[in-house]
Amino acid sequence: MEVTFDRLQRRPLHPLHAIFLAFPPPLFLGAWLTDLAYGATFQVQWVNFSSWLIALGLLVGALALLWAIVGVLALGLARRGRPVVYLAALAAMWVLGLVNAFVHAKDAYAVMPEGLFLSAIVAFLAFVAAWTGYSGLPVRQAP
Amino acid sequence: MRAKLLLGGLLALSLSGCGGGARPPQYGARPELPEPRRGLLPDMTISLPAEWGNDRPLVPKGYKIDAIATDLLIPRQTLILPNGDILVTEGSGGGDAPALRPKDFIATYIKKQGKTSARGGNRLTLLRDADGDGKYETRNIFAEDLNAPYGLALIGHSLYVANQDALVRFEYRDGQLSASGTPTLVTDLPSAINHHWTKAMTASLDGLYLYVGIGSNSNITERGMPAELDRAMVWQVDVATGAHRRFATGLRNPSALATQPVTGQVWAGVNERDEIGPDLVPDYITSVRQGAFYGWPYSYWGQHVDVRAQPQNQALVAAAVAPDYSLGSHVAALGLAFSNASMGAQFADGAFVGEHGSWNRDPPVGFKVVFVPFRDGKPVGEPVDFVTGFLRDGKARGRPVGVTVDPRGALIVADDLSNTVWRVTPDGSR
Repeated sequence: MEVTFDRLQRRPLHPLHAIFLAFPPPLFLGAWLTDLAYGATFQVQWVNFSSWLIALGLLVGALALLWAIVGVLALGLARRGRPVVYLAALAAMWVLGLVNAFVHAKDAYAVMPEGLFLSAIVAFLAFVAAWTGYSGLPVRQAP
Repeated sequence: MRAKLLLGGLLALSLSGCGGGARPPQYGARPELPEPRRGLLPDMTISLPAEWGNDRPLVPKGYKIDAIATDLLIPRQTLILPNGDILVTEGSGGGDAPALRPKDFIATYIKKQGKTSARGGNRLTLLRDADGDGKYETRNIFAEDLNAPYGLALIGHSLYVANQDALVRFEYRDGQLSASGTPTLVTDLPSAINHHWTKAMTASLDGLYLYVGIGSNSNITERGMPAELDRAMVWQVDVATGAHRRFATGLRNPSALATQPVTGQVWAGVNERDEIGPDLVPDYITSVRQGAFYGWPYSYWGQHVDVRAQPQNQALVAAAVAPDYSLGSHVAALGLAFSNASMGAQFADGAFVGEHGSWNRDPPVGFKVVFVPFRDGKPVGEPVDFVTGFLRDGKARGRPVGVTVDPRGALIVADDLSNTVWRVTPDGSR
C-alpha cells in the first residue's frame, strides 16, 4: 500500500495531547527564571521552586512525549520533517530535563552554574517542541 | 541497596560519582584532601540491616564482648553512675524537618532502609549489675516521656538530660532505680527544624558548666542561612542559671562531646559535610577551643572553601581553625569517651570513638568503634580498631553510637540498629 501525504494538510494535535504539551513550556521557563532569581539573591527557596517546576515539567512532559512517540511511529518512518523535529525536540527536552532535575538535587549553590544553563536549554527545547507540535502533524492519506 | 540504580535506571552509572576511586583512609592532623567532586547522583550505599543471630561484634585478643541489654528502643548514649549503674538514652528525633524538594522525599526514604524499624523510646533505661558478675540483671525505666533524649551528665546529685529541644535536670540519689519526679527545665535548646537533632553533652570537671553540641540544620545551607541561627556550634551552659554562650562555632554536627580527664579540655566528635566526594570531608575529633570557628559552612579543614555555601564570608574563612584529628570521611563519629588504665595498657591513653557508619560513600566506612591513641594529651598515630564486625557482606548488623568507659574496666557501646547495649571488658576481669 502506498501512503502519500499532503504537505499543506495538517491535523491539530488531539486535545489531550495538546494539553500535555502545554505544560512543559511555562514550567521549564519558570524553572529558568527561578534559577536566575536564585543566582541573583542566593535565597534557596528559589532553587526549591526550580526543582518542583522541573519535576512537574518532566511528569507531564513524559505523557506528551509518549503520545508523540506513538503518533510519529504511526505516521511511519518514511515521512521526515516536522514530526521528527517535534519528537526530537520533545525527547531532548525530556532527557536534558531529567539531567537538570538531578543537577537541581545538589545542595545549595552546587546547582550553579550548570543548572542555570540546563534550565535555559530545556526551556528553549520545550518551546521548539510546542511550536512544531501546535503547527500540527501531517495528515495520513490513503491513495 | 544501590540507590543510584533505583534513581537512575535511565542513566549510565558512569554519570554518577562512582565510588571506585575512593582512596585509603585519611587519618591525623593533616589529612590529604582531594578536590571536591560529585557526579550527577550522590554516592549512596545503604547497608541494609541484618540480624546478629548467634554472632557478636569482634574485639581484640584479650577482650570479650557481651550484650548486656537488648530490645531497647533506639539506644544512643550511656552514662555510668557512681554506683556502677548504667543509664541509656533512647529516642529518635528530628522528624519535624519538612521536605522541601523532590530530593528530600527520595533521600529520606532511601536512608530509612538502613535504620531500625523500632520507634524511639523517649526514655531513660537504667541497667544494674548488683552482684558484679558482668550480667546486668536489673533493668528499669528510669524516666519516660522525654523528647528524643541524647546527651547525659551527672553533676553531684543532679542528672542532666539533653532532649532534642531542651536541657532538663533530675534530682538523683545514689541507687535510685527510677526518677523521683518530672524533670526541671534548665534551658531550651535550638530545635526548629532540627535536621541534625542530637544534643550531645558533657560537663566541665568543676561542675559549673555543661557543654551542648547543636548540629546544623542542613548538609550545606540548603535550607537557607536563617535556618542556621544558633546551629553548628557548642554551647556552654551555666548550670546555676541556665544562661548560655556560644563556646565554639562552625562545627557542622558535633554529635559527641567528652571532657578530657586531668586537663578538663572539652573534645568533640564532629560529622562533616557530604556530597563532594568519597574522601571529603573528613569527620574528626578535636579539642574545642573557646571562641574558635571551625569552618562550617564556608570552609572545611581550615581554609578549604566550600563554594556551595553562598554568599561566602571571607572574614570567617580566614579565621577558621583546622580541627585536631581526622578519622576519615563519612565515618560518622557519634560517640567519644576518654579511656583510662582499667582498659588495659594498650588502650589506656587515648579515646574511643563510636563510628555509626557511612551512607555517602562506596565502599562504606565506619561501622566500628576505634581507639585513638593519645600522648601528652594529644592524639597521635592511626586509630586502632577496637570493636568491629558490625558490617558483614554489605549488611549492617549493628551501628555503634555512644561509647562510655566504665572506670571499673569496661567499654559500654550503644548500638541503635540492633537496639543493644554492648559491654567490652578485658578478659581477666569478671
